[in-house]
Amino acid sequence: MAESIFALDSFWLSLILKLVAVVAFFLVAPLIAGYQEHKVMAFMQNRLGPMEAGPFGALQLVADGIKFIQKEDIIPAAADKRVFSAAPGVVLIPTLIMIAVLPLSPGGFAEDLDVGIFFALAVSSVGVVGVMMAAWASASKYSLIGGIREAAQLIAYEIPLFIAAAAVVMQAGTMSLVGIVNAQADFTAFGIPVPYAVPQAIGLVIFGIAALAELNRPPFDMPIADSEVIAGHMTEYSGLRFAFFLLTEFGGMVVYSALMVVLFLGGWNIWPGVPLPDNAILANLIGFGVSMVKILGLVFVMTWLRSTYPRLREDQLQRFAWTVMIPLAILQLIVTAIGKVIA
Amino acid sequence: MSAPTAPKKKGPPQIGLLKGLGVTLKTFLSKPTTQQYPKTKPDLAPRTRGVIALMEENCTVCMLCARECPDWCIYIDSHKETVPPKDGGRARTRNILDRFAIDFALCMYCGICVEVCPFDALFWSPEFEYSTETIEELTHEKEQLRKWMDTVPPPPELEYGAELPKEIQQGLDAARKKAAQRAAATAAAAPAKDDAEQDSGEKKEVEQRLEDTIHVEAQIDQDVFDKLVAEGKSERVARAKAKAAYVRAEKKRQADEIRAKEEG
Ligand code: SF4
Ligand code: SF4
Repeated sequence: MAESIFALDSFWLSLILKLVAVVAFFLVAPLIAGYQEHKVMAFMQNRLGPMEAGPFGALQLVADGIKFIQKEDIIPAAADKRVFSAAPGVVLIPTLIMIAVLPLSPGGFAEDLDVGIFFALAVSSVGVVGVMMAAWASASKYSLIGGIREAAQLIAYEIPLFIAAAAVVMQAGTMSLVGIVNAQADFTAFGIPVPYAVPQAIGLVIFGIAALAELNRPPFDMPIADSEVIAGHMTEYSGLRFAFFLLTEFGGMVVYSALMVVLFLGGWNIWPGVPLPDNAILANLIGFGVSMVKILGLVFVMTWLRSTYPRLREDQLQRFAWTVMIPLAILQLIVTAIGKVIA
Repeated sequence: MSAPTAPKKKGPPQIGLLKGLGVTLKTFLSKPTTQQYPKTKPDLAPRTRGVIALMEENCTVCMLCARECPDWCIYIDSHKETVPPKDGGRARTRNILDRFAIDFALCMYCGICVEVCPFDALFWSPEFEYSTETIEELTHEKEQLRKWMDTVPPPPELEYGAELPKEIQQGLDAARKKAAQRAAATAAAAPAKDDAEQDSGEKKEVEQRLEDTIHVEAQIDQDVFDKLVAEGKSERVARAKAKAAYVRAEKKRQADEIRAKEEG
């Protein structure tokens, strides 16, 4: 098992350090990704995007956050108050926990679990519980319809997501996220050093599409389709609780992008076969930078897809998952298995 | 009638998905056209309808604008004054404008008042930055409306060769006639004047008349147009001037032709 840079002799001290690191990443990374999304989408629509808050509008999301704090926290009279108030927290937690196992540099992770990818994907599914809580407790038809759509969508898209990840696990021979990155570091296909994105190209696409669906990102944002169900499970929320949902959305974008970077794009390594410098501090700094660049690159692609494609219809969405994504994912798994046996 | 057919698909299936990505990427890489308004002034059309200006001197307090305004947002107060009679006759009365105000909080910028004013007292001004803190301040009095008059662009020039408005044409004809009479009178008074000079003067007049009678269909002189555009003139101005140049040249050519025929 690799050693985390946050591991100290004292258990409690290192726990606090890890917690601080995870929470800091959780609070800062979504701001960066969100700002990038604002700007990229604006330029794709021939606009400038935020320009006033901070230099080139860089502090827009901070300003939005402050505004959300000032707003009244409204709970509908018919709502199930306790469940309603708890739901945003439940939605938030999986993303926070997933960050704990994300390796962003050779030592830049809180915990390296043997079952890292399994843990991350399993925890991510908890989010839907929060969504269903919010949907049911809101006592609003829009919330309920949105929540049910979300549940159906998550069931449909989690299967290809898991199968695509399983193919990578099979290729790497380990479930540890750090292990997967290390396995890619000296991976070669027919003598050429490439990340898993090449042999697992289908898996990469499927994982990406499924991640979009998991995150309710357009064009898979049927559960929160504003023209039909207003904002789905978020319809009745306001103020800080609504901000939690938004933060989760941006945080989820970063986390799923990070997972894709780890599984398919070689993690913190610039390219397989190009080692990071031996100096631990330098290696961690460069590794973190490389990871962030790759993550933001994937966030860019997500935004790009968002501003290009119209929303899928519910039946198209389901048919696409069950008749295209899942068979393709299984095909990828089979091909990987055959390759593994022959090699 | 045939049923509507779907447009023919080009290229392999789902190529449209990639084309869509291409469109957004191209837009992403191009410069946005946004103008950041308070920092940079917007480049509005020169005759933008921003606010209504009042040429106070022209207003006769006929009240037409106030009555036609669908919102009743024009306020006019006036009193009558008696002008003492000029060398006999009877005294005349005239209206003196005391107050003329437009409530721009109510005005819907329909432009009916500008259309309806028979005395050319109301105009559209391109000025648009007159937002205020309170709604009351949006009622602007005649002093402010007169100030905006200075921002009104001059009326567009008539195209060369266009028919002049009737009253101007009549005035011009009358003036020309008078000038001709005066010229005839002076010629009669001083018959000893140099014949040649008079001849040439007469000839010039004839030429002018000749050219006035020729009618030419206006076309754009492409060379002049290109030159003006290259000089940085707006296309509208360049087009008008190019047409004028064409008409002038064509008239001269035709006049020369007629003259050549007469002489030859
Ligand atoms: S523009 Fe229309 S609404 Fe405004 S003052 Fe004139 S007539 Fe009234
Ligand atoms: S219509 Fe013209 S002349 Fe008559 S009151 Fe209005 S502004 Fe004055």
